[in-house]
Amino acid sequence: MRVRHGELRAPELTLGQKFWQVNWGLLLLVSACAGVGVAMLYSAANGEWDPWASRHAVRFGVGVGAMLVVALIDIRLWMRYAYAIYAIALVLLVAVEVAGDIGMGAQRWIDLRVIQLQPSEIMKIAMVLALARYFHTLNVDDVGRVAPLITPVLLVAAPVVLILRQPDLGTAIMLAVGSAVLFFLAGVRLWKFALVGMGALASLPVAWSFLHEYQKKRILTFLDPERDPLGSGYHILQSKIAMGSGGMTGKGFMSGTQSHLNFLPEKQTDFIFTMLAEEFGLVGGAALIGLYALIMIYGFAIAVRARSQFARLLGMGVTTTFSLYVFINIAMVMGVIPVVGVPLPLVSYGGTAMLTVMLGLGLLMNVYVHRDTRIGRRWSDSG
Amino acid sequence: MKPEKTRSKLFNRRAALLLGGKMLLLGGLGARLYYLQVVESERYKMLAEENRINFRLLPPPRGFITDRNGDYLAINIQNYRLVLVPEQAKDAGGVEATLVKLSRLIDLPDHDLKRVLREVKRRRAFVPITVRENLSWEEVSRIGVNAPELPGVNIDVGQTRHYPYGPNMAHVIGYVGAVSEKELAASEDPLLELPGFRIGKNGIEKAYDQALRGAAGTSQVEVNALGRVIRELRRQEGQPGHEVRLTLDMRLQDFIGERLKGEKAASVVVMDVHTGAVRALVSIPSYDPNAFSEGLRTEEWRALVNNPYHPLTNKAIAGQYSPGSVFKMTVALAALENGVSRDHRVFCPGYMELGDRRFHCWKRWGHGEMDMVSAIEESCDVWFYDVARRVGVDRIAAMAKRLGLGERTGIDLVGERAGLIPTRAWKRAALGQPWHMGESLVVGIGQGYVLTTPLQLAVSTARLVNGGKAVTPHLTLNHYEDAVVRPRERATFPDVGIPEAHLAVMREAMDAAVNGERGTARASRLRGVEAEMGGKTGTSQVRRITQAERDAGMRDDDEIAWRLRDHALFAGYAPAHDPRYVVSVVVEHGGGGSTAAAPIARDVLEEVLRIEGRAISDAGDAPDLPARGEGAG
Repeated sequence: MRVRHGELRAPELTLGQKFWQVNWGLLLLVSACAGVGVAMLYSAANGEWDPWASRHAVRFGVGVGAMLVVALIDIRLWMRYAYAIYAIALVLLVAVEVAGDIGMGAQRWIDLRVIQLQPSEIMKIAMVLALARYFHTLNVDDVGRVAPLITPVLLVAAPVVLILRQPDLGTAIMLAVGSAVLFFLAGVRLWKFALVGMGALASLPVAWSFLHEYQKKRILTFLDPERDPLGSGYHILQSKIAMGSGGMTGKGFMSGTQSHLNFLPEKQTDFIFTMLAEEFGLVGGAALIGLYALIMIYGFAIAVRARSQFARLLGMGVTTTFSLYVFINIAMVMGVIPVVGVPLPLVSYGGTAMLTVMLGLGLLMNVYVHRDTRIGRRWSDSG
Repeated sequence: MKPEKTRSKLFNRRAALLLGGKMLLLGGLGARLYYLQVVESERYKMLAEENRINFRLLPPPRGFITDRNGDYLAINIQNYRLVLVPEQAKDAGGVEATLVKLSRLIDLPDHDLKRVLREVKRRRAFVPITVRENLSWEEVSRIGVNAPELPGVNIDVGQTRHYPYGPNMAHVIGYVGAVSEKELAASEDPLLELPGFRIGKNGIEKAYDQALRGAAGTSQVEVNALGRVIRELRRQEGQPGHEVRLTLDMRLQDFIGERLKGEKAASVVVMDVHTGAVRALVSIPSYDPNAFSEGLRTEEWRALVNNPYHPLTNKAIAGQYSPGSVFKMTVALAALENGVSRDHRVFCPGYMELGDRRFHCWKRWGHGEMDMVSAIEESCDVWFYDVARRVGVDRIAAMAKRLGLGERTGIDLVGERAGLIPTRAWKRAALGQPWHMGESLVVGIGQGYVLTTPLQLAVSTARLVNGGKAVTPHLTLNHYEDAVVRPRERATFPDVGIPEAHLAVMREAMDAAVNGERGTARASRLRGVEAEMGGKTGTSQVRRITQAERDAGMRDDDEIAWRLRDHALFAGYAPAHDPRYVVSVVVEHGGGGSTAAAPIARDVLEEVLRIEGRAISDAGDAPDLPARGEGAG
């Protein structure tokens, strides 16, 4: 494939020009979500800024800064270092695995003093970058063949296995599904998905035997919450009670009885959507879901508008990762899927998740800013 | 360019598909939200309320019990309890350090300390744990002064039943105790399920438990997931228990208790002959009901149960004794009704022979010629042997029933016993043996199978002297049905159906027994009050006196072990010319009725009349005061 040089190349933008290319609508939507988070955290602390609401606001502010920095860095640089970032993330994952073996039990964190880093979170972004770069450089015809798919499958399998060993079922599934979406967008044939899906289904009994006892229990409790109304099932049941009792319009800001009386577990993190639904009812819950829908639509619009395959895959990839957070969290608190520790992006309290989400959204913004930048099939081509 | 275009087209198509899928998923979540919050909302709202709202019962204060003058006989006193909230004690070095500090201030037994440490481990940290109960004022203030150094230590005020007069009233008032499984199963009242709730177990406390108990209030509180109370939402005050006012006179009761000090086991009943209002009801020995409400230890309980004088039994209503000569009025009335005249004469040689058996009179050398009045005055046994033989046991039994003997009087106390009035039919049914004439003779002097309670003796004597009305005894000034109070109306008792002429003979004879030249209770005439007493002594044999002992002249009770001595009885009334009060006295194994029982009856009746005299002069001083309770009739 030849690349035509010089023709229709978008003019290089200065940093100042780039800044004005930032998608303000997206930033507004994201800020609205974070605002909901601050309000709910304020309520969760019974009308106190401490300990959650104020820190959440500060983190979001820092996150916006990080997002803009990520957005303004030349997209070609991101592509150049995509594999390097992936490699670092993988090394970190191995590092926690080793540390976890030395220390006791499951370890998912690396303590950097300033911030506790969760390599599996970094990997969610790194994976999108790496796969986007791989499929960008892949010949269109090659996507239809099996051999070129082996490398990206290994790219996905390595971290997924590592994360499963931690064990963190939720993140592993998110990573696998997010990657599968990239394969799909890159044009991999649907029958191959069907094949892999069937293979996965067939290996379920084997996988079951590899699951930890608590994971098995969670799944069983999900299938029949009455099994253990005061144990694992308690969380789901209390969440449903809190949500259901909110009704159409909710009990009012700071008046959610179930959450404020601590019947609701983890109300400031994983179950914050429940609290919103209890205090603001169906109206409030649907409004937040609507905000998330708009962000997803924005992500789609930005991705399809981009000129390079790398940018398109990157945009759609991070949007999908973001969407997966939303789906898994909300479905979990509604009792649709088992309890897995996935936060609600921009709303749940928590540093690492906020960082991951803001970096991801920064990349989406980056795709928008560099929508007209053309990137050669090979790194050298793009000059 | 072309492959690049295909690629972007493929991407756009698939991205659009993906977006559609995402929107579908979001729609699904929205639908689920709608289902939870609108369709199923009511169910979850209910579950949420169940989650957060707890009902608590507020125990009502138990009603007081007073005597006829308003003297408190049973009250609730504040019980200071030392409680410790473990989570608040953390700042001061934890529970153990706090307990050490406490043990320097007040007496804390080792087993209490161990119990507290055990409970700390079991309970949630915000639940107060009782360290000690019944603190004295001094201990309370000592802890109060040191409060700043004792975070988490609080003084809690509870209520304990207290009986100011202690043992003196125990048999009438009874006591309260913890609810038993059986009582819990039999009652609908949710109060009984409260831990630490106490209900009446005996006496008035039990008989009027419903009225005294009151009704529970409720408090709805909001609790959090750990069960900690956040705030009270609604409160409905309960109904405090009613005050129960007794017909008893505490002063009289106290006087009798004091008077009986020297006796081992005895009982006294004083009753208004017209209304049946019981003025005093004493049984000794007694026990301290306060020990029961504070919780009795096993050894204390065992000591009470094994005491040979039976302190737990209210002998006035549950002691069954052969009435002895007190029964003679019943026999005499049965005789009058069956054609025996008051002038019926019998010569008493000191015994009477029936077949080959000899029935002795208490007076070894005999009374000589006796008629009805002199036979009662001198308590001649032979005259009554003769009459009992003529009348027969069944007619005597019928008269006894009309006078209220041999069946429960229905007094408002628990544990009353019926006694026994034998008949031919009874003996056949109970023992399977025919009646012997000799047994009729024994019944004629109130011995043998005949058993009566002191209360029955008072009631039957009252019926003799109140104009033949079938008076029944009671202890409270008001009626209490469940929780409804209404004043006790002046009861109109049915007529027993004994002609006034017959009753007049009885009054004459009982007057003579006390005031006559040869009266058996002549030594116990009233002194110092302008009235006279009528009455009848009784001595009831506990065992048969053998012929050998009789021959040896061994009748002196001092030589016989206490438990083999005769019971001494007396039933009397005053004033003799216009009877208002009846008294019955039983001194267990006291010896002769005239020496052991009659003097007590005299002293009691004198006191009754003195108290009445004071009440009349008080009323004279303040004529505007409304009459309280029922009149003396």
